[in-house]
Amino acid sequence: MNELKQLQRRMASAVMTPLTRNNGMKPRTAAGHSMRAEAQQFIKPNDRLSSFERLEIYNQQYWFRVLDAFADDFPGLRAIIGARKFEQLSLAYLTECPSRSYTLRNLGSRLLAWLRAHPEWIQPQERLAMDMVRLEWAHVEAFDVADEPVVGPEDLLEVTQATLFAIQPHIRLLQLAYPVDDLLIDVKEDSDQHSNAASNAGSYRRKPHPAVKKVEQLNPERIYVVVYRHQYSVWYRRLTPEAFRMLRSMQQGNQLSVALDYALRGSRLHESELAERVKEWFAEWSQMGWFCKTLDTMRLRVDDSSKRRQDKI
Amino acid sequence: MAANRFNAFTDYGIGIGLRVPHYQHILSQHPVVDWFEVISENYMVDGGRPLAVLDQILEQYRIVQHGVSMYFGSADRLNKEHLRRLKALTRRTKTPWLTDHLCWGSVDGRYTHDLLPMPYTWEAAKITAEKIRQVQDYLEIPVNVENVSSYAEFHISEMTEWQFLTEVVERADCGILLDVNNIYVSSMNHNFNPQEYVDFVPADRVAQIHIAGHSRFEKYLLDTHDHPVLDPVWDLYARAIQRCGPTATLLEWDDSIPSFEEVHAEALKANRFLSIVKSDGNTTPVCEGVR
Repeated sequence: MNELKQLQRRMASAVMTPLTRNNGMKPRTAAGHSMRAEAQQFIKPNDRLSSFERLEIYNQQYWFRVLDAFADDFPGLRAIIGARKFEQLSLAYLTECPSRSYTLRNLGSRLLAWLRAHPEWIQPQERLAMDMVRLEWAHVEAFDVADEPVVGPEDLLEVTQATLFAIQPHIRLLQLAYPVDDLLIDVKEDSDQHSNAASNAGSYRRKPHPAVKKVEQLNPERIYVVVYRHQYSVWYRRLTPEAFRMLRSMQQGNQLSVALDYALRGSRLHESELAERVKEWFAEWSQMGWFCKTLDTMRLRVDDSSKRRQDKI
Repeated sequence: MAANRFNAFTDYGIGIGLRVPHYQHILSQHPVVDWFEVISENYMVDGGRPLAVLDQILEQYRIVQHGVSMYFGSADRLNKEHLRRLKALTRRTKTPWLTDHLCWGSVDGRYTHDLLPMPYTWEAAKITAEKIRQVQDYLEIPVNVENVSSYAEFHISEMTEWQFLTEVVERADCGILLDVNNIYVSSMNHNFNPQEYVDFVPADRVAQIHIAGHSRFEKYLLDTHDHPVLDPVWDLYARAIQRCGPTATLLEWDDSIPSFEEVHAEALKANRFLSIVKSDGNTTPVCEGVR
């Protein structure tokens, strides 16, 4: 190993060591050695700062930066578990799962998996918190993933039950046990109000954060949510279970007939009723631009033989 | 001298960084600006608002890409996915040159998202130059490296920062994005004469100059980009363009961002120095007028 790599490993290890409660550098390395002695080994002091203090500047900047970026992406989780616990969770997560991407956008990409392995951080609200993280990560992804060319009315003229519909890559489908969509919207609105009020900071009140009060009142409720992008903003919309199943089946690449079967499974809707609903859904979804021409790979695929023998819908 | 092979023989004038709080103003008011610098990583995505805004800006303005995480100085290999996305973006923006920092920030695939200082060693210069060459070959546009502000120095360094910068760019045959604010910040933190730095770097390789504000703490200066440019930095700027000629200049303002007009007006103060150099290359302008 070259000298450059050795030095970089040494410095990165120190820089990525969590700070003390007072946001200072820890006096000991992860291996239990003196951090002061460690810093002296590779960093020069100057007439104002010791080696330790110079290294501490980078240590602080690292944690301030990643903690800020992480908090920006998960305000809903913070509202659920509280600011203090969120800070501890952030530290633990980012220590175990430091960024492996050139962009901070991907900082939370491993959070769901990490929380599954460490549910103690979100107990006793495990399900609620997991639902919120799923929604917040879906939001991050929906913001800047690709758009594909939208299917136009002319493309829909030849639709049969064997048609494969491709769904826009930014669409995320979430089946949730809590109405976290409403909660997250409230949290973001509260946060905007708080940040606007910060300029008149003299009268900060110590009442509970409104979103925290809402969390306490939140009851379980099974919901089906689509997270999507429209005109460059991310939106959440609730779907009926049937619409959700249909969309999910199509997203998985199934033919329309298979998606219809799947949508009806366990549904109280009669088949005739479903046909009417499907028309409504398709009208709405195509208006929203949710269907795209990515199949095979940039166009609708129609099985010609099926087209001849099946009724158009 | 300032239009050179490292900035594709262009004469871009004075630009500012494209920042989200100014999007609406720029797109609705269409202010006259020589050029915008964009942070490459913010637009290395597949879709959504970032690219939509960028495309609208590109319809009316010249763009130069500035990166923050290529980490030429990292001992790790280059990140292929990063390079692939970066190249796609350069095709989109048609940036005539590209810049990133002379620093490191990742090791063993873990990213600090910081601009960490280099040890100024011969080995580091060789490794860094080789990576710059690889990037330049792959992207097929001129690459310029920017000197960073630093708060630490290493025992193993074998030369000064300006010697290291020169060694790297000559080995890599690349250009320089000379950040005079960073030179000033580092000079205060490491007790060197900033003018010696400016006077040493190969002027014919300077493709672009950065100016910015910084913050003074009790024992050190921090490169915060949240203030107007301070007078000692304007002095260094004057010296730099006296040596390099009128050079594409960019004001960085990244935190506590004021109105577009305020940021642009601050950047345009550079005109005072540029106009003097343009009319008489041997005169060093004083920065009295911008105080």
